[in-house]
Amino acid sequence: MKSCIFTIEKNHDLTERVFALRLVGDTSGIERPGQFAALSVPGFFLRRPFSVCDWDETGLSLVIEQVGEGTRHLRQMAPSTPVDLLCGLGNGFALDRAGERPLLVGGGSGAAPMLGLARRLREQGCAPQIILGFNSREDILLLDDFYRIGLSPTVTTVNGSFGIRGFVTAAMDLPHSFFYACGPEAMLRAVSETSPGDGQMSFDARMGCGFGACMGCTRITRSGPKRVCKDGPVFDKEEIVWDA
Amino acid sequence: MGRLSVSLCGISLDNPIIPASGCFGYGYEFAEIYDINCLGSFSFKGTTLSPRVGNPTPRIAEARAGLLNAVGLQNPGVDAVITQELPRLREVFHKPVIANVSGFSIDEYVSVCAKLDAQPEIGWLEVNVSCPNVHGGGMSFGVEPQSAAAVTRAVKAVTKKPVILKLSPNVSDIVSIARACEEAGADALSLINTLLSMRIDLNTRRPLLANITGGLSGPAVFPLALRMVWQVSQAVSIPVIGLGGVSSAEDVVEMMLAGAAAVEIGSANLVDPLICPKILQSLPAVMDRYGIENLKDIIGGAHG
Repeated sequence: MKSCIFTIEKNHDLTERVFALRLVGDTSGIERPGQFAALSVPGFFLRRPFSVCDWDETGLSLVIEQVGEGTRHLRQMAPSTPVDLLCGLGNGFALDRAGERPLLVGGGSGAAPMLGLARRLREQGCAPQIILGFNSREDILLLDDFYRIGLSPTVTTVNGSFGIRGFVTAAMDLPHSFFYACGPEAMLRAVSETSPGDGQMSFDARMGCGFGACMGCTRITRSGPKRVCKDGPVFDKEEIVWDA
Repeated sequence: MGRLSVSLCGISLDNPIIPASGCFGYGYEFAEIYDINCLGSFSFKGTTLSPRVGNPTPRIAEARAGLLNAVGLQNPGVDAVITQELPRLREVFHKPVIANVSGFSIDEYVSVCAKLDAQPEIGWLEVNVSCPNVHGGGMSFGVEPQSAAAVTRAVKAVTKKPVILKLSPNVSDIVSIARACEEAGADALSLINTLLSMRIDLNTRRPLLANITGGLSGPAVFPLALRMVWQVSQAVSIPVIGLGGVSSAEDVVEMMLAGAAAVEIGSANLVDPLICPKILQSLPAVMDRYGIENLKDIIGGAHG
């Protein structure tokens, strides 16, 4: 965990409900894809936790769905505004478990951490398959960013307006060595049940602090109660209890 | 002895800054980003006899200047605290620590306190008779003078360590409860615990917390906490630890002027993990600005 002031470089809409923030600052606290950052939003008491989409030495990007007043406020923040960030939070995805042909599945804004993960898997010489699921053509995001790193995700839309009609599981027909997933819990469960193999999933939770102090985001796992923020947000498939 | 030093039940503290129970875990997360030995002490996560997973989630909600929590005393139980947490805690914190204790019966408070009494790392026992988030326990002991006194007496009988009673603001007369605890032998009091509160989700039209209600803390409650510290410290002769929304060096000074011998910092740690070292860093300049030579000289100073 590192506490730093970042500066907004770019704040732009990706879809009607989702926007992207590019923040410039010290990213040395980030160790792995799948970790998250907690932003302090002026006028709001608690920080907002967001999965890091991608990062380099100069800054990071966040993909944020507007769901409430805090994210609405964030969406209106102008470039060059300073933002107080805790970054490098949570455990992140384990790259060493990928194997030769890992599958990456992102649903909605859950596509975000898959981009940073895909880039790093590419860098270690493996060719991930990627499935991104959205409700409709209008909700598709980050597709061009995957193309830019030489990857062509399979896209599914629930209404069939783009790519394969249905949920992400409709495209999970190829063998894979390991899976990584981020998205709504129902999607994570479906992916987990569809894949015959092992995998890791990143979970969302209503958090207090984001770094393990308040016990607000506890989730029951096979090895007892775990903090989504500190022991997660990424959990191994075999650890998950779906109907706790 | 520095300008910031105070004393709490015969144990001297380098400074009065004490992270509050439930907002600091066992200190490890904070020890990753600063040396927590700069603190006066800290109060670790509330401990019960058996392990508890706490309440269903969501158990955190935001308020305009604070938050509601309904964590419900998640903790690994006193035996695991002693065998697993205290040895780890000892590696990152080398001063006497405050053990926060909760229970669902007087017997449970007694058993937990008796076990913790044998632990050398622990300087004080902070007995929580004020948790608003568990049913049939916690707060029910702290809402009446007689039951608060009964817990105090029972716990005092099994420990040689100073006993701090942590009081609830969700009562009609906190002063009578404070006096009952003092008469029953409490060595100090800490106040206030959180205020029973709730929020409703406009989208679902249902309570935001799975527990329906939760405890409010944060800057929103500071003036109320200050008022109660003022009233209680006037009515008792044992030390009072002030807490409730403290988030700056100025708040610390104000709380001590109201009568606090030391100050606990709760929610502020959750939004700025570096808040305690920041407060410690700014305290000398704030003291200079208000003509304060030594912090211990201003305790209760506003009472005239």
